Order: sequence, then structure tokens, then C-alpha cells
Amino acid sequence: MHIHRTAEQIAADRQRYLDFQRAGMEAKTLPEPSPRPAPEAPDARLTELVRGGWYTTLHLKAGEVLRLVPGGASSVSLAAWALADMSERLCLPDTVKLQWTTDLTKGRVIFSDMGRVMLSLVEDSSGAHDVLTGGSTPETVADYTGDAARNTRDNMLLAAAKLGLERRDIPAVLNLFAPVRVDAEGRFTWRPAMLAAGDWVDLRAEMDLFIALSNCRHPLDPDAAEVPPDLSVMCLPAQPVPADDLCRTATAEAQRGFENNARLQGAF
Amino acid sequence: MDMIHDIPARAPWSGIIRKGQTIRIEDTYGQQAIDTLFYNAADHGERYSSQDTLRAQGAAYVTTGTAIMSNLGRVMLRVTADSAGRHDTSAGCCSCESNTVRFGHDTKFQHACRENFILELARHGMTKRDIVPNLNFFMNVPISPNGAMTVDDGISAPGDHLELVAEMDVLCVISNCPQINNPCNGFDPTPCRVIIRG
Repeated sequence: MHIHRTAEQIAADRQRYLDFQRAGMEAKTLPEPSPRPAPEAPDARLTELVRGGWYTTLHLKAGEVLRLVPGGASSVSLAAWALADMSERLCLPDTVKLQWTTDLTKGRVIFSDMGRVMLSLVEDSSGAHDVLTGGSTPETVADYTGDAARNTRDNMLLAAAKLGLERRDIPAVLNLFAPVRVDAEGRFTWRPAMLAAGDWVDLRAEMDLFIALSNCRHPLDPDAAEVPPDLSVMCLPAQPVPADDLCRTATAEAQRGFENNARLQGAF
Repeated sequence: MDMIHDIPARAPWSGIIRKGQTIRIEDTYGQQAIDTLFYNAADHGERYSSQDTLRAQGAAYVTTGTAIMSNLGRVMLRVTADSAGRHDTSAGCCSCESNTVRFGHDTKFQHACRENFILELARHGMTKRDIVPNLNFFMNVPISPNGAMTVDDGISAPGDHLELVAEMDVLCVISNCPQINNPCNGFDPTPCRVIIRG
């Protein structure tokens, strides 16, 4: 038989939740978007142009920064796995639930399924990213031709295979530079004005990672039939992280996530 | 003949729904999140995809008419009845690890949906790798135009239910959510019922 909790227990837990909710949803003092265009990066250890419609894989060491600069208004899909344990991977439901928002902007972090921070959004010019609707698929590009007929689902399968992974390892993907928002009726809208020439992001690895990137247009992009522009991918060397680092201190949730990272390294 | 499965509070469950059969999921006591995953019964590599499901319908919540899509872009089931109104599939399942981030490190040793999923999936030869963003039936997670997202009080009354018709043989895996740190279960997890018909 079911044993109900007492009214006192329920009231105490409700009040505790309301306190978390109030703190989590209050207006955050996150910074303005990063200025366009991205600064020069002469010390990049890796620079690659990913052809429109194609994909790439790379390995990031903790502290290194992944810079992504699309060649125009076009989306990039990202998946990530922990190098030390590939079953630990990008977890978008936790990323949005833990930060009380689906809008990832400069100062936010990206969580794994283990309550740890995988990536920090240390620079971001647009704040126009999509966690809800996924990348293109063979069905969504069926009417297109050439490299516009390539798609993120197949790209991710190919990328995963080259990392020793398979279909069951592919997480829900993060679509960067994809201005999808939910309207008051719960329907998705595409807001192209959120994007501009010179958009870029810097994602700092907070653990050693495998990354897969797919340079395909988003299926809700009105220009989805057009071949995407080439994507510029750079890996920048690690820099010292100050104690008051924005992403590590912006929210209580991020702080606890980084405490979980530190615990894994035996430092907490 | 109806096959009735009563799932205790906080417990996992799994079962097969054959093509053409209906699964009815009842929130027996109301305000109880029922975390649910679907796999192709013949190929577990094909499984529920929240992102394909939402993009295909162009809207952020699950209700009557929603086609439950797989990661191969195929319809697994269709929602044919829903007395509650809408259901979440963006907020995922709770875990010991995410609880520490959301509610403090002192909540680490509380039972969670991810524990249920790992244990139940193991009965079918699957592991943590096979947990994907799930359906949260009877969980109320409004997403605002400004992106704000929160777990609010459930909108389901005792006896509310939804029905899904399978379009392929599917394995259904449920965690009857044990969370007590937010209102998804009214802070008081309760039993629920699954009925397979046809």
C-alpha cells in the first residue's frame, strides 16, 4: 500500500522548492552578447573549415576553447562525450532544467547527464541557440540537392562511428545559431533577426571531451534548401580561469555543477 | 483482453505494446509525473526522440494528435486521447546527480528516475547509454516566449489518462517518478496504472 507523506513534510518541501524557483528564475545579471566579429586567434592549435553540409570530430582538453564561426546565417549542431567515460554525454534536458531556461546565452553552461559541466558558453554574440527541436534528417532534406541534401542525423551517425560510438550513443543535439523560440501558444517560431553577420561562440571545455559538429542548416530555417556556408572551427589554448569566472559563478546551480566536476578530480 | 499493470509509487515498469494495441496510462491519484521511454521492440537502437517529435509537430508539448517519433524519423505511436491537456518532453528525468545541482548536495542519496531507468533497462540488455530525453506524462513544464522554464504544479486530476496507439511493436519503459523536491508529484509520489488493450 502507498504511504502518503505528511502534510508537514509536503509543506516544508514545497517552501524549499519555491525558494529555489525564485532564486533560479529571477533576472540574472548576465552580460551583453559578445561583440561581432570574433577577435583574431593567432595562437589556435587547430583551425579547420568544415564544408557546408559536412561534419567534423575533434578532441578538446579541459580548459581549451572551441571557437565556432559560421560563414553566414547558418546553424551548427553539436554533440559531446566525456573522454574518460563515453557514457557521460551532453544532456540538454538537464542543461535547461537546471538553469531554469531554454535560452542559452553568454555566461550559461552545458551539463552532462552526470550533473557535471561539460562546456561553458564563455563568449556568444547571438544567444540564438536551440535545445528543443534537433537537427536535419533524411526526411527534412528529401527535396534538396547537392550538399544541401546532407543532414545532421546521418552526419552524427558518421561522426559517432569515427569516435568508436554508434547510434545509441548519439544524444539530443544542441543547435547553435538556430533562433528557435516558443510562442505563447507553445508553437515554435524562427527569429532570423537574432542572427547577424560575424556571429561566433567560444565554448570552454570543462573536462576532456570528444566533440562532433554537423554543419547543416536547421530544418526550421526558411533557407534550408540552400547549401550551408563553410564553418570555421578553431581550438584555442587553455587560459587561467579566475576565481570570479562568469560561467563558474553566475548561478548557484552552475556552482554546484562545478563542485561536482571538482569532486570527480578529487578536489572537493 | 485488457492487461492491467498497477505500478507502485517510486517504482519502474516495462512492457511490450504490439502494433495496433493501445496503451492507456492513468494518473490514478493526480499530479503524478510518469517518466516514459519507448524502444522499437525488435531493434532497441531505434528509440523515442523528443527532438524529432517536437519538430515534426511544430509545438513544444505532447497531447492528443502528437505522433511519437523515433530517432529514425518513424512514427512509433500516436496519442489518441488525453484528458489532462498537455505533457512535457523537454525537461528529462530526475537523477541523483542532477538533484545535487538543482536542490543541493544533500539530495544525492534520494531515489530518482534515472535509477529506475537503469535498473529496468538492464532487464532488456540496455544500459545508461540507452537513456534518451524522455516523455514526462502528467508533468507541467511551461516554456515562456522569453525561454523561462520551470516545473509547476501538475494539472492532472485523479483518474486523468492518455491513450497511445502503437504503430510498431514497442517496448515501453516507465519510471513512476519518485521526486519529492519539486511539485511534479505534488511532493507525494503515488501509484499509477497502465492498461494495454487490443
